[in-house]
Amino acid sequence: MFLINCPFCGEREQSEFKAGGEAHIIRPKQPSELSDDQWAEYLFMRKNIKGVQFERWNHIHGCRKWFNIVRDTSNDEIKAVYKMGEKPPVG
Amino acid sequence: MKNKYSFFSLVKNAFSYHENWEKAWKDPEPKKEYEVVIIGGGGHGLATAYYLAKKHKINNIAVVEKGWIGGGNTGRNTTIIRSNYLWDASAGLYDHALKIWEGLSQELNYNVMFSQRGVMNLAHNLQDVRDLKRRTHANRLNGIDAVYLNTEQVKKFCPIINTSPDIRYPVLGGTLQKRAGTARHDAVAWGYARGANEMGVDIIQNCEVKGIKRNGDCLEGIETTKGFIKTNKIGVVAAGHSSVIANMAGLKLPLESKPLQALVSEPVKPIIDTVVMSNAVHAYVSQSDKGELVIGAGTDDYVSYSQKGSHDIIEGTLNAILELYPIFSRMKMLRQWGGIVDICPDASPIISKTPIKGLYFNCGWGTGGFKATPGSGDLFAHTIANDEPHKLNAAFNLNRFVSGDLVDEHGAAAVAH
Repeated sequence: MFLINCPFCGEREQSEFKAGGEAHIIRPKQPSELSDDQWAEYLFMRKNIKGVQFERWNHIHGCRKWFNIVRDTSNDEIKAVYKMGEKPPVG
Repeated sequence: MKNKYSFFSLVKNAFSYHENWEKAWKDPEPKKEYEVVIIGGGGHGLATAYYLAKKHKINNIAVVEKGWIGGGNTGRNTTIIRSNYLWDASAGLYDHALKIWEGLSQELNYNVMFSQRGVMNLAHNLQDVRDLKRRTHANRLNGIDAVYLNTEQVKKFCPIINTSPDIRYPVLGGTLQKRAGTARHDAVAWGYARGANEMGVDIIQNCEVKGIKRNGDCLEGIETTKGFIKTNKIGVVAAGHSSVIANMAGLKLPLESKPLQALVSEPVKPIIDTVVMSNAVHAYVSQSDKGELVIGAGTDDYVSYSQKGSHDIIEGTLNAILELYPIFSRMKMLRQWGGIVDICPDASPIISKTPIKGLYFNCGWGTGGFKATPGSGDLFAHTIANDEPHKLNAAFNLNRFVSGDLVDEHGAAAVAH
């Protein structure tokens, strides 16, 4: 249980949000040209990091907008929040 | 067995005030080299070592455990055992485990308190009714006992359930597997540890794996907090931390690790003599031998290794519990905890070889691994010893995410994942 600072609505309880999984997985431009291995990599394989991870979240019980957060999955501490399309913070 | 537990050993030890019982397993320092190293000293890992030694005559084995044995998800689950899965592959896997459970206390000479008190799964809407009837037929075709109950039969089997048609999610029926039930989860880890240790397996606790050393496609050993251990066969049974270990070997797995919570109430006199699960409202409850209600909640939807979940998840579960069992409304909850479960995209496990020779993974059990402990250990041992899966775990290979041949138990299983 933790608070998330929605870039559009401000700080709200995590239960207002829906986790959208690992961020910055780019959908292949030509899926039909991929091998089965490459498609599996895109579709199923996840970093599932213990530590700092980049994620997508949606404020489903608020503005319903998507955005990104940087979160330490070992203690649920949020390091940064940034909007879709913005460059992820470094370091 | 050297120190067989029996009525006579109990009497004999009573004369020395039970102070001279021999340790159930030793606590050795790691040797320099092992034929097989199992990473993870939970029920599945210890069972794997036990069957490797017993059935495949490999005795030079170490089980390395970061904390203490059975201290992870083995000691955190709600101890439910059943095999009423929809798909043939799952039915084969889980019923294999259930058959071993039925003789496990005798085999291990250790009372795992396996209690076939039955597991009932409730239907709350027409689609549930259709799904559960379909699953009952599928179970019977696979030789697994299953009966469908209507509302009156549900009420008769478990009288404290509120079967009023006026509640938000009324009980329209349910399925019952009578061979299903519960077991004492700690005892399973301890029994397997004792049995494996007896056959020469080293159980090394407080030994965290820090790295996997490879030379090209060959394994050379593992770096641990107790030094380097040489081996060229590694079985990883690390549950929520599987991806962390995979990363050390340069592999990526189709897993996400999420917190799953459970809670127990204050102990009361016997009130519920079976296990009742409900998929639609996501609540399941049984009563431990100590008298506590054991209640399982759902997973959070975000990745976390924090071993604590969100409050709203248990609040939702308790809402459902109270609607189904108004009699529990004044019960106090004593303890609540979380475990980290590794979930596959198809909610089925992986018991498989990997692209790296000598490296095997047993993971992805998600929210339902405890029930499979003996079968999982047996089949994983077979896979490691023969470098080839057993026919019962062939479908649960890592390559299914490339081939598309998934075992999709999401929604098909008796409880949502």
